Amino acid sequence: MRRHAVLWSMIVLAVVMLVPFFIVVLNAVKTPEEYSTGGPLSLPSGVSLDGVIAFWERVDFGEKLLNSVVISGSVAVLAVVVSVFNAYALGIGRVRGRLWILVLFLIANTLPQEALVYPLYFLANEVGLYDTKTAVIIIFTVIQAAFGTYLLTSTLGGFPRELLEAARIDGANKWQTLVRIVVPISRPTLGVLFVFFFIWTWNEFFLPLVLLISNENQTVPVALGVLQGQRMMDATMTSASALLGVIPAIVFFLIFQRALTRGITAGAVK
Amino acid sequence: MSLVPTSIRDRGSYLLFLIPGGLLLLAVILVPFGMNIGISFTEWSGAGEPEWIGLDNYVRLMSDGTFWASFRHNVGLVVAMAILPTLAGLVIAAALFDFIGKQFGSRHAAILRACIYLPQVLPIAVAGIVWSWILAPQDGALNEVLRAVGLDSLAQNWLGDPDLALWTVMGVMLWIQVGYPVVIFMAGMQRVDPSLHEAAELDGASWWGRFWHVTVPQIRPEIFVVLLTCTIAALKVFAPIYVLTRGGPGGSTNVPSYYSFQNFFEKTQVGYGAAIATVLTVLILVLTSVFLRVQNRGER
Repeated sequence: MRRHAVLWSMIVLAVVMLVPFFIVVLNAVKTPEEYSTGGPLSLPSGVSLDGVIAFWERVDFGEKLLNSVVISGSVAVLAVVVSVFNAYALGIGRVRGRLWILVLFLIANTLPQEALVYPLYFLANEVGLYDTKTAVIIIFTVIQAAFGTYLLTSTLGGFPRELLEAARIDGANKWQTLVRIVVPISRPTLGVLFVFFFIWTWNEFFLPLVLLISNENQTVPVALGVLQGQRMMDATMTSASALLGVIPAIVFFLIFQRALTRGITAGAVK
Repeated sequence: MSLVPTSIRDRGSYLLFLIPGGLLLLAVILVPFGMNIGISFTEWSGAGEPEWIGLDNYVRLMSDGTFWASFRHNVGLVVAMAILPTLAGLVIAAALFDFIGKQFGSRHAAILRACIYLPQVLPIAVAGIVWSWILAPQDGALNEVLRAVGLDSLAQNWLGDPDLALWTVMGVMLWIQVGYPVVIFMAGMQRVDPSLHEAAELDGASWWGRFWHVTVPQIRPEIFVVLLTCTIAALKVFAPIYVLTRGGPGGSTNVPSYYSFQNFFEKTQVGYGAAIATVLTVLILVLTSVFLRVQNRGER
């Protein structure tokens, strides 16, 4: 009896968490007429993608998706590379003063973006990178790599010394050891970092909002957030926009779950 | 033997790998942060020469009602984003891991966990759009539901009523946040040695007794991490405020982050905005070091 009470309360909780998603899907496939007669809770008579298509064309959603993919993808790759370099020097090379350097990276990771935004905005203007994807890519590479350095340094700190020693005896230099030994063996962790960096950058709002002012450079969350702020969309279009914002997140979620499971099991095998 | 010289040369060449990351850190984080502190001692509209005014911005902050109100609202958000999710997350994670996972299979537990975690993967701006539309006063889904079941009197202008807006935002943030502790705590519970539970069970401990005396102390490190990261996230919160309320109505949901943004880009009081951001940073750094210190002491 009691075990079912717990099960049911958890199921109810899960459903409550999902209700907003259902409502979004329900209304994104309605026609505006259906919405105005039946309100947000009525079932649509069929699936109409008019609202979604109208919204897609109005904001040129394909372009926003591409911007987000380019920015998040570049940041994820570059931030993993920078994290590996940093962690190689700190975790394996154990350079002098590494604890203080690590603290510096940790502070960089906790600083609120509000305390960086105006100087970054000003400097980006000075060097002619304001309102470019390049500026956003560089900035988030550093922000994500600060976390990656912190995490990877502790992982690489436990790297098997025998392997490094063997590589050195075989005549490999530092660069060869990094590329041929350290990176291949750390691949599962690097994969997890890549996925994290990609999703975190995708979801960023504050700095892209300030730095990407023109329409053709905006990312998905910025474009949706700005439109919402202008309060110029009708109800079906709003839910269509929410649906288009939700879909990539759910796709990432599925990929993320697989990558995470693989990363954890791969770590266990070692 | 030339062991010592090689090891010194070794360290030198490892340093080369730190150069790109170090330069980037300097250019994107450390120098801008220093500039922000510098700007906070000036009066500046963003164009022309900043005028040095010493501590005037900070003195002005002390008597600025909006600034203090924004911190009070932040306390509400810490409750909604760190304290309540941690408490709820503990109970939910224990129910899923200890109860559902063992009685009904870990697959069921994993599916339920995924449903609860889903809001976490949404871009916060998108979550804000979803909710501002559900909470719309006229034809929003929430008010429609209330009217449909005859509770017309409970239908509210959720985000437009100054007395209600902060509570509504807190509710939305709780929905967004709760999946994070659930996932972290469930991972932590897998670490706990099952024999501890078995011993407690043999001693006749109830489920709650085992939860309180075995599970919670065992996953203390996870609880610390969740409390710290969620508290910092709550202090930095910007996107939900921007999308849901723009700090309104009448400043009733303004937070330091949004207040500094307003000063930077709407009121062009850049120096004052920089002072707000600096205070926020100091608060976050102090909180982080206190947390880490308490955690270290707990581990000893």
